[in-house]
Amino acid sequence: MEHFTPFSSLAGGMLIGLSATGLLLLLGRIAGISGIVGGLLAGEDLPWRGAFVGGLLAGGLLTSVFHPAALTMTLDRSKPALAIAGLLVGFGSRLGSGCTSGHGVCGISRGSTRSIVATMVFMSTGAVTALVITQLFAGAV
Amino acid sequence: MTALLASFACGLVFAIGLALGGMTQPSKVVGFLDFTGAWDPSLAFVMGGALAVHALLGRFVRARPRPMFSAAFTLPTRNDIDARLVAGSAIFGVGWGLGGFCPGPSLVALGGGMDAALVVVPAMLAGMLLHDRWFAPRVNRPLRSGEGLAAVR
Repeated sequence: MEHFTPFSSLAGGMLIGLSATGLLLLLGRIAGISGIVGGLLAGEDLPWRGAFVGGLLAGGLLTSVFHPAALTMTLDRSKPALAIAGLLVGFGSRLGSGCTSGHGVCGISRGSTRSIVATMVFMSTGAVTALVITQLFAGAV
Repeated sequence: MTALLASFACGLVFAIGLALGGMTQPSKVVGFLDFTGAWDPSLAFVMGGALAVHALLGRFVRARPRPMFSAAFTLPTRNDIDARLVAGSAIFGVGWGLGGFCPGPSLVALGGGMDAALVVVPAMLAGMLLHDRWFAPRVNRPLRSGEGLAAVR
């Protein structure tokens, strides 16, 4: 197991769980990023959505100052590949009504069958895609 | 105002969690998804940590009559497994496995100035708009007996 970071990953995950709980407690909202951004794009409830996304961006900025090593891209991916990846993530998350945070964290936490199924599906296609790139394209696309 | 600060704070903590968990490093995401390679279970620990906290605390929160700074909870209501859920999740997964980015980390990465995010985030927004403004309106269908609007949205 290379690059395994059990403690920081567990701690990071717990912070995510805390954040999601916070959003639910304080604003009564699901911390599903694709849903939050999708609503933002539709012009719905701009204040809280904008504030949340602002927090994500600010967190990124803080990370770049205090722990820039966390923001490293070592995957061999061309710009077109990244663009396609982004497109699919955007389209798919809206079509599927959620992503890793919405379905994976919040939905499963509520015991939602929809979210359990969604998570199993995207984990599967994610795995197949990742291993195809590694095995058939030598990890570079 | 307090609600906005609360929302900002939640986003900030979420971002720190993602960064600390290693999820802003696409190689760790792909390292988990590609179980045939040099497997990195870190993502599972991120998920596990998040679920352990949120599954437990969420129950208490949802038992409250209302949130603290809002009139009511806004929770999903659907229970059905439909083609859109499966197809959408499948497509999302492909994009995730390809780029190693999902929405949250991509925004954190953007805030942190990662070059890859400069491509991924606009593309992701375009993909969302493509669905919401072009695809969804075209596939909305007549309601079946007993269905609410939520079934076609």
